[in-house]
Order: sequence, then C-alpha cells, then structure tokens
Amino acid sequence: MSDQDTLLEVKDLKLHFPFRDGSFFNAQKGYIRAVDGVSFKVRKGETLGLVGESGCGKSTTVRAIAQLYKPTSGKVLFKGLDLVSASSKEMMRARKDMQMVFQDPYASLDPRMTAGDIIAEPLEIFNGRKITNYSKKEMVERVEYLMGKVGLSHFFRNRYPHEFSGGQRQRIGIARALALNPELILADEPVSALDVSIQAQILNLFKDLQEELGLTYLFIAHDLAVIQYISTRVAVMYLGIIVEVASSNDLYRKPLHPYTQALLSAAPIPDPEIERKRQRIILTGDVPSPDKERHECYFYDRCPKRMDRCKKGIPPLIEQSDGHQVACFLYE
Amino acid sequence: MTDNVILRVKDLKTYFKLDDGILKAVDGVSFDLHAGETLAIVGESGSGKSVTNLSIMNLVQSPPGWIAGGEVWFNGKDILKMPPEEIRTIRGNKISMIFQDPMTSLNPFLRISTQMIETIVLHQGLSKKDAKDKAIEMLKMAGIPAAEKRVDNYPHQFSGGMRQRVMIAMALSCNPEILIADEPTSALDVTIQAQILDLIGDLTARLGTAVIMITHSLGVVAGMCDTVCVMYAGRVVEQGPVGTLFSNPKHPYTKGLIKSVPWLDKTNDQRLYSITGQPPNVINLPECCPFYPRCEFVKEVCRNTYPATVHTADGLDVSCWLYPEEH
Repeated sequence: MSDQDTLLEVKDLKLHFPFRDGSFFNAQKGYIRAVDGVSFKVRKGETLGLVGESGCGKSTTVRAIAQLYKPTSGKVLFKGLDLVSASSKEMMRARKDMQMVFQDPYASLDPRMTAGDIIAEPLEIFNGRKITNYSKKEMVERVEYLMGKVGLSHFFRNRYPHEFSGGQRQRIGIARALALNPELILADEPVSALDVSIQAQILNLFKDLQEELGLTYLFIAHDLAVIQYISTRVAVMYLGIIVEVASSNDLYRKPLHPYTQALLSAAPIPDPEIERKRQRIILTGDVPSPDKERHECYFYDRCPKRMDRCKKGIPPLIEQSDGHQVACFLYE
Repeated sequence: MTDNVILRVKDLKTYFKLDDGILKAVDGVSFDLHAGETLAIVGESGSGKSVTNLSIMNLVQSPPGWIAGGEVWFNGKDILKMPPEEIRTIRGNKISMIFQDPMTSLNPFLRISTQMIETIVLHQGLSKKDAKDKAIEMLKMAGIPAAEKRVDNYPHQFSGGMRQRVMIAMALSCNPEILIADEPTSALDVTIQAQILDLIGDLTARLGTAVIMITHSLGVVAGMCDTVCVMYAGRVVEQGPVGTLFSNPKHPYTKGLIKSVPWLDKTNDQRLYSITGQPPNVINLPECCPFYPRCEFVKEVCRNTYPATVHTADGLDVSCWLYPEEH
C-alpha cells in the first residue's frame, strides 16, 4: 500500500489520565493509562474495526483522534496534517472532513432541537466560521437530501428527538455526521444500544453509505460479529494497546494472539449445533486496572499460553504474513 | 411431558395504565417449565420478557401495573391467588431471580455476608453462624477466590463479573427449584459473559435447578437453553425446542431475527438481512397480528385478527396465519 492511500495514521498515541487521591491536598497519585502506545493506519475507503472489552481504551483512542481529549504524546496524521500540533484554525478545517457518530442515540441529540436543526447545525457552524457557504435554501435542500439518504422522511424534520425511536435517532446522528461531506467517520459503538432487528438496519445503512459516498470508517464495537460484518480490517485492543491487526476474514479464520482466540471463542454463535460443539477458551480473572506502567506483556496475567519470556518484556506488534500483525512472543 | 411440569404459566396478562391509554406489556403468555429444563425467553426491548417474569413472582408495581388475568401454577397452587405472606415463602426460596445489573440489585450499604445471611436465615431457619458458613460455601461454588474474606466485603469492592457471581451464589443459596435470570450477562464483557454462562449452566445442572433465561442474545439461547419462547409485542409468537426453532423456524419474525444477527464464522460479503420498520407501540394495540406491518407475508386476515396458536408437526407452537389450524 502506498502512503497516498493512507487517510489517517496514528503513531504511538498515548493518553494518560491523571488521578488524585481525593484527600485534602488532593495529591496526584498516578495515571490511568487508557491508551498506552497505539499505532495504526486507516486507508481511504476501508473500514477499520476497533474491537475490545470495556475499558480497553477503544473509545478514548477515537476521542483522542478527534482531539476531544488532548493526547499525552504521539501523532495523529490526518491527510498529512498532525492534528496534535495543529493550530485551532487548521483543526477546524480538518474537523469538516472527520465526523463522529456516538453510541447513545438518546444522549447525543439535543432534546430541544428539531431533527432538521440538528442535521443543519454543522452547516450553520461552518458557515459561521466562513469555511462553508451554504445559503438558507441550500441548507434546507441539504437537510432533506441527508434525511432521504439515511432513510428518514423529510416530513419528520420538525419533530423533536423524543418523537423518534432509537434506530431513527441513530439515523439522525448519522445524517448530522454526513452533513459536511466528510471523508472519515469515527463511529463509537453506533449499534450497541440498538435491538437486533434495528441493528441490522443501521449496519446495512453504514455499508450502503460507504459504497455510495466513498466514506472511510473507523468503527468501534465490542460485538465481534458486528465488527466482522462491517470491517475490512480489524484491530484488537487490550488494556490500552493493540495486540493484533488483520483483515477481517483472516482474523476470524486464524486468530494468532491468545487474547483474540479467547475473545472469539467466547462470543456465542446463534446456532445450537455449532455452539454446543465449540471448545471455549475461558479466561480466568478480570482485566487488570491500567494504573501502572507495565514492563511485561499486557496480557500476561490472564494468558493461557504465557511463558517466562513474556514476563521480561513487551512483545512488539510484528507483521506475520500479508498485513497480519500480532504482538505476542509465540510468533517470533 | 406433562408430569414433570414445575411451573405452568397460562394466558398471563399484565397491563399498565398510562396517560396515553392501557399498555398491554404482556398479553396472553403461556408456557410450561419442566424440572431441570433451561427455558429461554427471547425478544427485543419492550417485548414483555421482563414483565412476564416479574408477573410470575407477583412483583409488578401496582399502580400503574396490574395482572389482568391468567394463572401461574407452581407446586399445585396458583401463585397469583396466594396471599402476600405465602408468596414470600416462595420468592427467593423456591423461585429466585438474578438481574441484569448486579450493582443495582445488591444493597451498596450492606456487606455481602449480611445480605446473604438474611436470605438464608429467613428461608432455611439456620442459625447466623451456620448461615454464614453456607454463604461462604455458596460463594466458593460460584468461583469467588478467598471466599472467607470476601464474604465481608461490600458490593463496590467486586468487579462486574464478580458481583454477578455473588448474585448467583445468593440466588442459589436456598436450593431453589427455579432460577429466573433476567439478562444476567448483558452488562458484561464477552469473556466475562462466557464465564458467567458456564457458571450458571454448571451450578444449575449440579443442583437440578430449572432456569428461565431472559435474553435478547440468540447466541446465548443457542449455547445453553433447551426450549425457547420468542416474544413480540407482549405475546409469545413461537415456542419449542431450541434445535428445531433455529434450524426450521416457522414464524416470519423468528426467521427474520435469526437472519439479522451477524455471524462470526460467515464471511462478510453478503448483505445482512434486516426486518424493516420497528416494533409497534403496545399502547392501545388493535386486535391484529402485531407483526403485520413488518411482515413479508402479510395477508388481509393478519390486519384484523390475532392468529391462534398452532402446534406444528416438528414440535413448534406458532401463532401465525401462514400456518392454518390442521384438523
């Protein structure tokens, strides 16, 4: 892959949240290492799925990319521009091409704005900054066009969020993200709050929009089957780092990292015949707290295949075969 | 099959009075639970799964809710007609429940020991000391390490998965005949979910407890349940053995539901099937098949009359006009 295809490149991104002891002096006690050195590339037109359990840092990674949290260190190169060191003016322009869709369709829409106003708001803001120049009429047309694109009737434009169901609200959220014609959509668990039948509708909508508008997605989910369905490539996160990256089909056919293997074997398959014959790898214990700097493999405490070696150093993310990277000493 | 039925729910109806009208959360649900069986109740949010089970324990908040009809037979008696004192001897003792969110269903101010001992002393008449030993034994069985020490901890000192283990230990501490698990793993991560499901399966098999598993995940149903009821808009639209229901579903909703779940071991080239539209509002629902606006096979009769339940040749009970009653 040439560098021209790369739309977003994240280099050794770290985000450490300080935490305090809560006493009178409120002394700083340490850091929660939410994201602890993450590097990956997102190519134009693909969907990179980011999967992991709660607390592994997938949402924080995406928020750090969008500069909603200021990264502790590392680089976020979006179309060649480093967003971490970009001026606020440059950042504003970059935001036009990079939009977010959030998990909770109830919390992410302003209850006092109508659907039409919500979708038009990005246009208003960028008009105000003189980055775009939509006339009133164009704006109305754009809102109607977007509502049609996401499968909502434009007659609903004067309704308020509470008048819509969860799936419809998520459609409004997607229309808002599309308003400025972005190239990259950062989708943070956009289907996790939805019911199965609605989830399928929204996943298909994401796929259709990608095909039609040539969008690139960075898609977060904790449901492995959802990630497999939507993604071209998948990155598996654990405790703030990426442990494996592979094409979607590769990852599911031959997962290499013991964590990925356990994760896949734990995800239930909706077929009684297959499900009952499967061998599960049951991991013991819980995910450790990310409040210490680690000098051994991040997965050491729970790994069923751990060796002495793993206690002595952190395995780097190394390419095994065509585009399949894994961070594990088993594959050296 | 009728001889070892331990719980029979017959035409259960639970309604809620709201400002907009009457919400028929559960509208004529019937099923049998056999000894040692694991029964799944599956459906989307608002389909009435949880209310069904709250009704079985007579825990529906009134007002606004009330049980408008039906019978729940347990040990030869109708729970819905029992006086409150009698229900209390069953609830938590012979039928116990675990809930989705283990943090909100444990009292944050009380030690685990206090909460567990209370139940055991009340239902089993043990002394406090014996009850504590029993509590420790149950926690050990549920896989809590260092149970002797952990028993005196507060709920916030446990992680989500551990809390759910505590809930399971507590629910099984009185050797119940039936365990009702209301989305026990929906708040947990996949790897923890696998641990908890294994634990529920092992323990209930060992103790011979029948389980009603409420879930929205077809994967969970496929993995550990024997029979399944599919609920839609307050009704059971299809029920039967898990194997048959997955391999040869009859109701268009069940078919759609199974097809719309993305699969891990399938390739992602094909488009996912999706049921169009959204679940109906169950307030003032007219007498029709509630699925007809979303159904591919809709007929005129579906718009006016709710279909009768038909027992098909391969053992499924389905409520759909596609399957006319066979005489």
